[in-house]
Amino acid sequence: MREIQVSQIIETVKEMCIEANHFLGEDMVGALNKAAETECSELGKKILHQLQDNLDIAGKDMIPICQDTGMAVFFVEVGQDAHVVGGDLTEAINEGVRRGYTEGYLRKSVISDPLLRVNTKDNTPAVIHYNIVPGDKIKFTFAPKGFGSENMSKIYMLKPADGVEGVKEAVLKAVSEAGPNACPPMVVGVGIGGTFEKAAILSKKALTRSVDEHSKLPHIKDLEEELLTKINNLGIGPAGLGGSTTAMAVNIETFATHIAGLPVAVNICCHVNRHSVREV
Amino acid sequence: MDRYITLPASKDELKDLRSGDYVYISGVIYTARDAAHKRMQEALDKGENLPIDIKDAFIYYMGPSPAREGRPIGSAGPTTAGRMDRYTPNLLNLGMGGMIGKGKRSPEVLEAIKANKSVYFATVGGAGALLSKCITSSEVVAYEDLGTEAIRRLTVKDLPAIVVIDREGNNLYEAATK
Repeated sequence: MREIQVSQIIETVKEMCIEANHFLGEDMVGALNKAAETECSELGKKILHQLQDNLDIAGKDMIPICQDTGMAVFFVEVGQDAHVVGGDLTEAINEGVRRGYTEGYLRKSVISDPLLRVNTKDNTPAVIHYNIVPGDKIKFTFAPKGFGSENMSKIYMLKPADGVEGVKEAVLKAVSEAGPNACPPMVVGVGIGGTFEKAAILSKKALTRSVDEHSKLPHIKDLEEELLTKINNLGIGPAGLGGSTTAMAVNIETFATHIAGLPVAVNICCHVNRHSVREV
Repeated sequence: MDRYITLPASKDELKDLRSGDYVYISGVIYTARDAAHKRMQEALDKGENLPIDIKDAFIYYMGPSPAREGRPIGSAGPTTAGRMDRYTPNLLNLGMGGMIGKGKRSPEVLEAIKANKSVYFATVGGAGALLSKCITSSEVVAYEDLGTEAIRRLTVKDLPAIVVIDREGNNLYEAATK
C-alpha cells in the first residue's frame, strides 16, 4: 500500500483547473494552426486567426480561454494499491475544484439542483468517473466541459440492423443539428456499444484522447477518418459561418454490447477541448 | 464588408448592415443571459418596468468569468442565443435594437427581427480572452445576486462581430450550409 495525502490531491486538482482553462494541449493548438492554414473560406480563416490570438492572450494575460470554464469532469484511475490518507478522495477533488475555480478567477457555473437552480458559488460538485486499476498511483484526467457544446450532444439507441451506416448517419445528424451552437471547429467524441450510460461515458472519454491519435482498431480508425471528411463537407465551418473546418477530429471509443443493441453517443466539444492529466 | 459602428444607434443608422458583414462594435451594450431574461419577463408579466432602457439597446448574451485585479472583466465570449429565444420577440417588440450572441435562432425570433428591423450579431464562441480585451468598462446594473448572470453595462471598443441575421431576415448560418 502506498499512502497518498489528500492535501497533495487538493493541490494537484487546483493546479489542473487553472492550467486547463488557460492553456490548451499541444495537439489542440496544432490542430487549430493546421485548420487556419487549410480553411477555404476567408471569413473562416479570419475566425480561426481570432481563435489563435485568443489562445495567446489567454496564456499571456491569464484570462480563461473561454468564459465558460465548464463543469469540472474528472476521470480518475485509482490504483488498487493506493491508500488515500487524511480525508475523503471525492471531497479532496471537490476541494481542489473549489480552490482552483476561486483562486484562478474561473467562472462558477454550477447550480446545486437542476430545477431550483441556485449557484453553489464554487463550481462544485465535480462530475467524477472512477475506475479501479492495477498499481499504487492515482491518475487524474480533468476535462472541464462547457455547455454550449454539451447541450448539443446526443445519444441514439440504434438497432443492430442499422449497422455502421446507422452510426454514420447518427453522428452526422448530431453534428448538423449542433451547427453554430457548439462553437465549431469542434472535436466529436463518439461512444459506440456498452449500455445507455456506458456509451455516453465512452463518448466523453473519447474527447480526452489526443486529436493526433486514432483508434488502435483498424475499422474504427477508418470510421474516424471517413466521418471527419463527411463532417467537414457539411460546410458549417468556423463559428458556423461557413467553411471547410467544421471538426478537427472524430475520436471514437467502443465497448462490447448486447446482441439486441447498438448504442451510439455523440459528445461534442468546441475547439476549447481542455484537458489536463496528472498522476500522484 | 468591414464596418465600424457605435452603439446604441437608431435602427435607421444601422439600416445598411447586411448578413455577412464583419463589424467592429464600439459604445455601450448590456449583458443578459438565461436567468436575467427570465427575471425581465417576470417583471413585464407583473406590469413592472425593465431594469434597463430597452429602446435601441443591444443585449450581449454573455456571462463573464471574474475579473482579475486591474481588469474590467474576465473572459467574455458569447453564449448560445437560442436559449433566450422564448423571451426575445417580446423584447424586440419593445424596441430593443438587437442582440449579440452565437448560434441558431427560432423562426419566431427571425420574424421578430424582420418585423422590428433589428439585427443579430455573432461574436466568436470560445474567443473569450480576445473579446475581453475589447471591453473597457463593466458595471452591474441589475440582478446582482445572479452573479455572472447579472445585467452588466459594458463599454466596448472595436468588439469584432459578424452580422448573422440582418433586418431583412437574411441568415448567414442558413447560407453557410446551402
